[in-house]
Amino acid sequence: MALNAGDQIPELKVTPDKYLPHRYAGASGDFNPIHIDDELAKAVGLPRNILHGLYSMGLVAKANAAVADGDPRALKRLSVQMRGMGVPEAEIVVTGTVKSADGDRVVVDTVAQQGETTLIKNAEAELQL
Amino acid sequence: MALKTEAVGKEWPSTTYQVGREKIKEYANALGIDNPVHHDVEAARAAGFRDVVAPPMFAVVYSSPALGPAILDPEVEMNFAAMVHGGQEFAWDEPACSGDEITTSTKCLSIEERDGKGFYVFETNSVNQDGAQVARGTWTLIVRGV
Repeated sequence: MALNAGDQIPELKVTPDKYLPHRYAGASGDFNPIHIDDELAKAVGLPRNILHGLYSMGLVAKANAAVADGDPRALKRLSVQMRGMGVPEAEIVVTGTVKSADGDRVVVDTVAQQGETTLIKNAEAELQL
Repeated sequence: MALKTEAVGKEWPSTTYQVGREKIKEYANALGIDNPVHHDVEAARAAGFRDVVAPPMFAVVYSSPALGPAILDPEVEMNFAAMVHGGQEFAWDEPACSGDEITTSTKCLSIEERDGKGFYVFETNSVNQDGAQVARGTWTLIVRGV
């Protein structure tokens, strides 16, 4: 796929189900109770159990890899700032705009949004296509 | 209260993680990544990989065990109850494949106070069994109300 500055990458839409944080906890090894225990999360002042920030970053990586048909070698660098807290059972939309394209080296500015909440911003992905 | 900064520059003993096919599949399934190179050894080999290959962000799986001793270190004195993961960067080189043994070391890059928050930055560096660079991670952990 030939990309130029200003181009959009294909949008990724995902609605993590109620048990996604449990599956991600198992897959990643991060069993912090704020992600998997709704009661505890509420007791410490959160709206409910929240998504892992690194899960949301994983979606940003997936959206960028899709530019290279999912080739795991394409993504050379990904830098993100984690902002709002994500929750299960609500749609996440990952969008990206090509910031620069120098031959087959492409830099994409990516955002992960869930309703009014920005989960990840200033995400910069460097792809070797 | 001033932040303790003695740990800046400190390095911790490395950890080694053995990458396995089922663990890669479990991670890919959690993220809904269905590219067969993450699920099927024949597909992975046909695409030029030694074995089933991990998605890039699988880096958290093999590198985060090395971070544990650093953030638990009394010299770092981090207040977990008020900690959030504020930023993350990974830079990738050699892909991680099933069968790889990946060794990760951790170093504290900086501890700084800004706007009443403590910013703790750690670097993890991961190499495989052949000594090839696999991934470098930069972890920014923010503690409120320091």
